[in-house]
Amino acid sequence: MSLSEAKAADSHGEKAVERKSVYVYEAPVRIWHWVNAFCILALALTGYFIGSPLPTVPGEASANFLMGYIRFTHFAAGQILAVFLLLRIYWAFVGNSHARQIFYVPFWRGSFWREWLHEVKWYAFLTAKPKKYIGHNPLAQSAMFVMLTLPLIFMVITGFALYSEGAGRDSWEYVLFGWVFTLFPNSQDVHTLHHLGMWVIIIFVMVHIYVAVREDIMSRQSIISSMISGERMFKDEDD
Amino acid sequence: MAATETFYDVIRRQGITRRSFTKFCSLTAASLGLGPSGARAMEDALETKERVPVIWMHGLECTCCSESFIRSAHPLVKDVVLSMISLDYDDTIMAAAGHQAEAILEETKEKYKGKYILAVEGNPPLNEDGMFCIDGGKPFVEKLKWMAEDAMAIIAWGACASWGCVQAAKPNPTQATPIDKVIKNKPIIKVPGCPPIAEVMTGVVTYITTFGRLPELDRQGRPQMFYSQRIHDKCYRRPHFDAGQFVEEWDDEGARKGYCLYKMGCKGPTTYNACSTVRWNGGVSFPIQSGHGCIGCSEDQFWDNGSFYDRLTNIHQFGIEANADQIGKGVAGVVGAGVVAHAAITTVKRVTTKREKTDA
Repeated sequence: MSLSEAKAADSHGEKAVERKSVYVYEAPVRIWHWVNAFCILALALTGYFIGSPLPTVPGEASANFLMGYIRFTHFAAGQILAVFLLLRIYWAFVGNSHARQIFYVPFWRGSFWREWLHEVKWYAFLTAKPKKYIGHNPLAQSAMFVMLTLPLIFMVITGFALYSEGAGRDSWEYVLFGWVFTLFPNSQDVHTLHHLGMWVIIIFVMVHIYVAVREDIMSRQSIISSMISGERMFKDEDD
Repeated sequence: MAATETFYDVIRRQGITRRSFTKFCSLTAASLGLGPSGARAMEDALETKERVPVIWMHGLECTCCSESFIRSAHPLVKDVVLSMISLDYDDTIMAAAGHQAEAILEETKEKYKGKYILAVEGNPPLNEDGMFCIDGGKPFVEKLKWMAEDAMAIIAWGACASWGCVQAAKPNPTQATPIDKVIKNKPIIKVPGCPPIAEVMTGVVTYITTFGRLPELDRQGRPQMFYSQRIHDKCYRRPHFDAGQFVEEWDDEGARKGYCLYKMGCKGPTTYNACSTVRWNGGVSFPIQSGHGCIGCSEDQFWDNGSFYDRLTNIHQFGIEANADQIGKGVAGVVGAGVVAHAAITTVKRVTTKREKTDA
C-alpha cells in the first residue's frame, strides 16, 4: 500500500484507485476447479446420451462405434474427475484454510447461520448491502457442500460401482465399490440414483454460474477473476 | 430308496451307458466352468458318494420353476438329475400324497440330519401368522422353518424365494417374504429368475450334490458361475449397442435388422442372468433374440420398479410417477426460470437505485 504515491495518472488526469487483494485460491484449487468443470460438462453430456442415446446411425455395426466413444469419454472423464477429487481432498489437508471450506458446514456455529440468513436476505432483496467475505460466504459454503461436494463423492462411488458391472467381478472397481449393490441389489436403482445425482449437479452448475456472475457485479469483492488469478479484490474499504 | 446307493448305480440300472455318463459329466463340468479336471472329480463323486436327498417344498408360487426344471434341455440332464438327487419329496410331482407324503419329511429329517438339501420354490407369507399359505394342514412358514432346521443348505428357487417376486409386490397384503429374510442360520443359495433357466437349475443341483458344498456365491447370494455377468455383457446384439444402432420403435427397420433394444427399455444392462449364454428351451432362443427386451425377471423388486419398458426406476415420492430424468428436467427448468427472474429483478433494482442515487 506504500505504492500510492507512485501511482500515475492517465491521459484524463484520473489516478488509479487503491485496491486491497488477498490470495485465496491456491493454484491446485484453481486447477481442480477448471478440470472439474470440464469433466462435469463432458460427463453430463455423455452421461445424458448414454441414458438417452442419439438416433440410430446407418451402416454396419462393425463400421460404427458411436456409443463406444461416448461411453469411453464418460468413463475417461469420470476417472479424471475422481483422481482430481482425491487430489483436491488431499489439498484440503495441506492447503490454506480456504481449501477446506467446501468440505464441511460449521453446523453448530450460531454466527454461521446468522450470516447465512443475512446472505439469504441479500438474495431476496431484503438487505441493501452484502457482507464482505475473503472465502465463500456461508450460503455459498453450505450450497457447495450439499450440492457439489457430497454429490460429487456420491457420483464417483455410484459411477465406479456401475463401471464395475462391465469390468467384472474380479475388477478392483468391484472390490472397492461392489458394496453399493449390497445397499441396492438391483442395479437399475443405482442407475436411477446416478441420473438424479447428475441433475443435482446440473442445477448446482446453473445456480453457481449465475451467482458467480451476479456476485462479480453486485457484491463487494471479485469472484470470477479470483478463480483465475487466485487473488480476491475488494471494491471498497468499508467493513 | 436305498441309503448306500450311488448315483452311478442308479443310472446304470436305468440302462444308461458309461459312455453317456462320462459325456454328462464333461458337459456339466463345462457348463459350470470347471474344466477337464472338474469332469473327473464329478465322475468320482457320482460313482462313490451317496445320493444326496433333496426335499423340494412349495410356498406361495406359480410352479413355473418346476415347469422350467422338468424341461431341462438335455434329456439326459433331466433323467440324471431326477435320479441323482434322490428327490424324496416334491408335493407337485411326487406319487405319494397326504400323510404318506408328509411322513417322508419326518423320515428325511431324522435319517439325513444335516445332510439333505432343502429346495424351496416360492416364499412364505408372514401376515396373519402365515395363514395365507397352508400346506399339509399348517402354515407354510412353520413347515419351512421346521425342515430348514436340519438341512445342509437351502436352495431358493426363482424370484419368489430369492427376492419376493409378484406376491411381494406393493402393497404385498400377505407379507410374502423371501427365504433369506426368514431363515437366517443356514447357507442359502439364490437362483433367481421367473423362472430360472432349466440348465442353471440342474447345474446348481449337480454342483451341490456332486461336491457336497455350495458353489461360489456373489454378494447377493447367487451362484457366480451363472449370475456374475449381465445379459448385456454377453448379448449377441451388443455390437449394435456399441455402434449406436437401436430399435427406435416396435417393428421399425432397426427391429427387422436385429438392432439393440436398449431404447425399447431392455433391462439387459441391469440384469444378472445367463439367458444370453445358456438361452432357453435347449439353447433355441431367449427374449432378446426373439425381438423383445429383457424385463429383468431375475432382479430384486422387478414388479415394483415401474414399467417393463423403462430403464429407470419410478420415483413415487413425487406424487405422480416420474423417473429421475423427468424430475431432473422439471426441477432444472424451474431453477432456470428462477435464475432468469432473479437476474431480471436484480437488473431492475440496480437501474432504479442508481437513478435514485443520481437524482439525489
